[in-house]
Amino acid sequence: MQVLSKINKQSSIFTSLVSVFLGLLVGGVMMILAGYNPIQAYIALFQSAFLQPFDIGETIRTITPLILTGLAVGLAFRTGLFNIGVEGQFIIGQLAAVIVALKLDLPPVIHAIVAVIAGALGGALWAFLPGYLKAKRGVHEVITTIMLNFIALYLSNLTVREWLTDGADKTKEIPESASLHWNMLSQLFDSSRVHFGIFIAIVAAFFMYYLLWKTTTGYQLRAVGYNPHASEYAGMNVSRNIVLSMMISGVFAGLAGASELLGTAGYQAIQASYTGIGFDGIAVSLLGGNSPLGIVLSASLFGILTYGGSNMEYVAAVPREVIRVVFAAIIFFVAANIVRWVAQRRKKKVIDKGGEGK
Amino acid sequence: MKLKALGALLLSAALVTVAGCGAAQDSKGGSKGQSAGLVTDVGGLNDESFNQNAWAGLQKAGKEMDFNVKALESKRDDEYIPNLTKFAREKRTITWGMGFKIQNALEKVSNQFKDQHFAIVDTDMGGKIPDNVAAVTFKEEEGSFLMGVIAGSMTKTNKVGFIGGITSPLIKKFESGYRAGVKAANPKAEVKVVYAESFTDSAKGRALASSLYNGGTDIIYHAAGGVGKGLFNEVKTRKQGKYWAIGVDMDQSKLAPDHTLSSMVKRVDVAVYDMMKKVKDDKFPGGEQVQIGLKDNGVGYADTTKEHVPAKVLKKVDDFKQQIIDGKIKVPANENELKKFKP
Amino acid sequence: MNAVEMKGITKRFPGIVANDRVNLTVKQGEIHALLGENGAGKSTLMNILFGLYQPDEGEIFIREKKTEITGPNIAGELGIGMVHQHFMLVDPFTVTENIILGSEPTQNGMIDQRKAEKEVQAISDRYGLKVDPRAKIRDISVGMQQRVEILKTLYRGADILIFDEPTAVLAPKEIDELIVIMENLVKEGKTIIFITHKLKEIMRICDAVTIIRQGKFIGRVDVADTDESRLASMMVGRDVSFTVDKKPAQPKETVLSIRNLRVKNSRGVDAVRGLDMEIKAGEIVGLAGVDGNGQSELIEAITGLKSAHKGEIVLNGKAITNLKPKAITHRGVGHIPEDRHRRGLVLDFSIGENMVLQTFDQKPFAKGWTLQYPQIFKHAKRLIKEFDVRTPDIHTPARALSGGNQQKGIIAREVDRDPDFLIAAQPTRGLDVGAIEGIHRRLIEQRDKGKAILLMSLELEEVWQLADRIAVIYEGKIAGWVDPATTTEEEIGLLMAGGQVGTEVSS
Repeated sequence: MQVLSKINKQSSIFTSLVSVFLGLLVGGVMMILAGYNPIQAYIALFQSAFLQPFDIGETIRTITPLILTGLAVGLAFRTGLFNIGVEGQFIIGQLAAVIVALKLDLPPVIHAIVAVIAGALGGALWAFLPGYLKAKRGVHEVITTIMLNFIALYLSNLTVREWLTDGADKTKEIPESASLHWNMLSQLFDSSRVHFGIFIAIVAAFFMYYLLWKTTTGYQLRAVGYNPHASEYAGMNVSRNIVLSMMISGVFAGLAGASELLGTAGYQAIQASYTGIGFDGIAVSLLGGNSPLGIVLSASLFGILTYGGSNMEYVAAVPREVIRVVFAAIIFFVAANIVRWVAQRRKKKVIDKGGEGK
Repeated sequence: MKLKALGALLLSAALVTVAGCGAAQDSKGGSKGQSAGLVTDVGGLNDESFNQNAWAGLQKAGKEMDFNVKALESKRDDEYIPNLTKFAREKRTITWGMGFKIQNALEKVSNQFKDQHFAIVDTDMGGKIPDNVAAVTFKEEEGSFLMGVIAGSMTKTNKVGFIGGITSPLIKKFESGYRAGVKAANPKAEVKVVYAESFTDSAKGRALASSLYNGGTDIIYHAAGGVGKGLFNEVKTRKQGKYWAIGVDMDQSKLAPDHTLSSMVKRVDVAVYDMMKKVKDDKFPGGEQVQIGLKDNGVGYADTTKEHVPAKVLKKVDDFKQQIIDGKIKVPANENELKKFKP
Repeated sequence: MNAVEMKGITKRFPGIVANDRVNLTVKQGEIHALLGENGAGKSTLMNILFGLYQPDEGEIFIREKKTEITGPNIAGELGIGMVHQHFMLVDPFTVTENIILGSEPTQNGMIDQRKAEKEVQAISDRYGLKVDPRAKIRDISVGMQQRVEILKTLYRGADILIFDEPTAVLAPKEIDELIVIMENLVKEGKTIIFITHKLKEIMRICDAVTIIRQGKFIGRVDVADTDESRLASMMVGRDVSFTVDKKPAQPKETVLSIRNLRVKNSRGVDAVRGLDMEIKAGEIVGLAGVDGNGQSELIEAITGLKSAHKGEIVLNGKAITNLKPKAITHRGVGHIPEDRHRRGLVLDFSIGENMVLQTFDQKPFAKGWTLQYPQIFKHAKRLIKEFDVRTPDIHTPARALSGGNQQKGIIAREVDRDPDFLIAAQPTRGLDVGAIEGIHRRLIEQRDKGKAILLMSLELEEVWQLADRIAVIYEGKIAGWVDPATTTEEEIGLLMAGGQVGTEVSS
């Protein structure tokens, strides 16, 4: 856990910006090596994310779940927990939301609200399990959350096939009343699928900030994250805070799943593998320094790269896998804290020189 | 520090592998204004299956009939809509959506771009096909029937197997046709059916194949996309001439040349090409379901079948094929029809 | 001949100069003390001598020959050995296995255990170390483990030995034994550099002493020409009083009583075994004992951090046995923990945030669910001023403060809550003389205010100076009570080692 607290401390905006730049540079070098023109590719990438209202809308839609999964990972990080189970909590959020959307018959707006809440609770429940096991039994959350990801995936597939449908590979479309689709917003962006979820994501980011830095609960969560022994000494219930942190993290992940389902897809399909949105949350959170504002910004960057990446492929014929390499390189530079490393080396050199001079 | 660096490496690796592989393909055709776009499903262009097939057909059409053709790969389900929209916005003469997974997206986009033409493969869109959409489906059950005939005729253990991808009405068509074929050729043979619940997990495919073979099955037919690779990997390790695999979609004999009896080929390229011809001739069948079966040469068995299937059996297969084309045999396409099926 | 001569050694780290033109001259065959407060640069200097750091400036002569010590292996070749403060031993291995680790004598590719054992035995006999080569490390006492460390350096042929604060972990009797060993070593021609901040020990055994303060060389004096208070003022840079001014205690009603307490340690073995104790308002009870005799477990049980499986703890007439830490805190227990980094502070919180570690959710620091930062900061500012915590401001992370200021912060927080009963565990560990003085004054002040105080310290001196009654703990039980005014070092030493003493002091 010391590693986590180190990451918490070291991330700075500067580190992140330099890492992004270096990441893009690595991507560019790869493109040159593979015989593509990186400048053309990057122009295509960034342009296409904002080319037309439709693209802007779609970019925002891509960003939405990344903010929420990023917050989920970031909150857990802050409390010294590594929630790799965001992917699974995301899936359970989707599942809970689609069940409420399909099985309950409620008036518009209320139906959507209930479905979103169900998704959040689903995610919370899925995160509660590893939190409880960690707090009471000392089982490492990385192990349990990874395992629960598999269970979530296949539970969702099973539920869709056996209960929500009659052996089909996806559910019916959810009714209008449960949808997060907001016509006015969608029209604003030329019928793109941007939906109400973006507001949920932004409110969640504000909530995380308020919770962690303005409330007694947040004080405890942070204290436990930094030093569980001192927290115990001070009379805080370390176990309870671990469970709570995982559950709030799960709420964010569940909201991501619910908003994706109710806003973007409109149905739950049988998935052969993970969507990766939950895992991307880890990258988003790391780049964003586990702070709410940082997470919103880094989710935006990753969203733009993801959505723009497909267009880069289309316009400049550069395989979009390059974009995944850029992602990976950025995270690599953040984690290795390249900025600090360079700064330290330079400082050392200066000192060495000073020493010789005398 | 070490731990952190290791973590970073792992995370970087994970991010890259999530991406998979493949790339967009662009094939410049003519520039007379006629153009077509193709949006793959998550299988991608190099799936050695129907996306690849369709793209081959479209490229051929582009060359011969002077279409500007372009393809967009979808990596995730939520990319179908932006990809289709991109082509529609470019006012392409026709935009293809590959696979039943893309159905919802195509429905929405076609509704939004009413002046544009779309075509979709492998689904009848639940029977409600919009006027600007043509739905191309295959009678996979007919092709699968022939595979069943081969398997039923050649089994020595009277046990044959079937590996399905994700349980769905489409894959049930394969299963039903195959089982009917086995029944027609060899009523005593038993068909063991398993589903991988995946189209990509080849390791699972191998495990399933292994347990089927170990249970006494000697011939296995698959309709499971990438999962099927596992079947071929498994059969390769077993005694030649005793254990067999049957491929699907394309001629898959190259995966295990000495162990592949046959493949049920689905001529998506033919279907796409034929449709492009209709578009060229301004005969776009909007709102219609175009069904392609044995009669149209849309499905059939691979040319390499004769390598390991004796002429006698092949003749029997051709007999059945003729009966189906003539309408003497109605091949069941789902579980209910299969129950009623009497050879 | 000079065994070691370091001239004008300067070593800089980002932001600080750890050693600033330091000189050290050690004559062959002497015991030379290196004296300085914590953070004065003693360890840096020794790490340079041991080859772990390279100096930025300066020269090193070993036996009058200029050398560059680029790594510990070079130091080893030059015959320099270090006896570390924290032992580097493998617990499940035997003494011999530990000693030969890294330079195993082999025969046909197999470790020649018997030869090694013989050699170890020979060295042990020669210097009077009395070590059993076949004993497992985990089965022998701390003093014996230290002797294994010494053996390790001797086995590798060291004749300049660096002892890094060797007495910190030892009981008085063991210290005596160590001194005999050191004298034996010198008699056999070895040279010893003795890192310490204990003046008494220097006076007792050293020949000369080098004092450094804040990285700077202050002076080299012969022990014969100096005394304790002169050394102290050289070390601290001002005059220091050694005696704690205090009036006789005026104990009142019993605040805390413990009966037949049993507590298991982390390995599930009883560490506190039927302990009884009473502490009255207005007195300081000192808890003396060798480390690992149940002190930590006792304190953790009182504060609710560990559960007792037998016995009773009563505070102000009410049982608090096995209550949650929070409940115990609220009932009036203050706790200056043994390990301030692990327990006492959230180092990544600001010093301001740390001032409300227990009270953050109470009025006026919180209103309902929300923290009231203005109130928290006001409170923190007041404490920092009152207790003279030196910090740039209240938003500085606790990590950035010096040990003494961190400790002052903790004491401020605990004392300000106005508890009836205050536990001070190792309150001055690792602090310099100046800071110790201030903390001692605070504790006496609290006693005079009528608080009951339990002072646990491994420094016998400290307990002696502060306590009104001393309880000596041995193997989880109070081995005996002594009166600091009348007791002798011998008496306490005997109790700490598990011996029996006839007299008992009634309170």
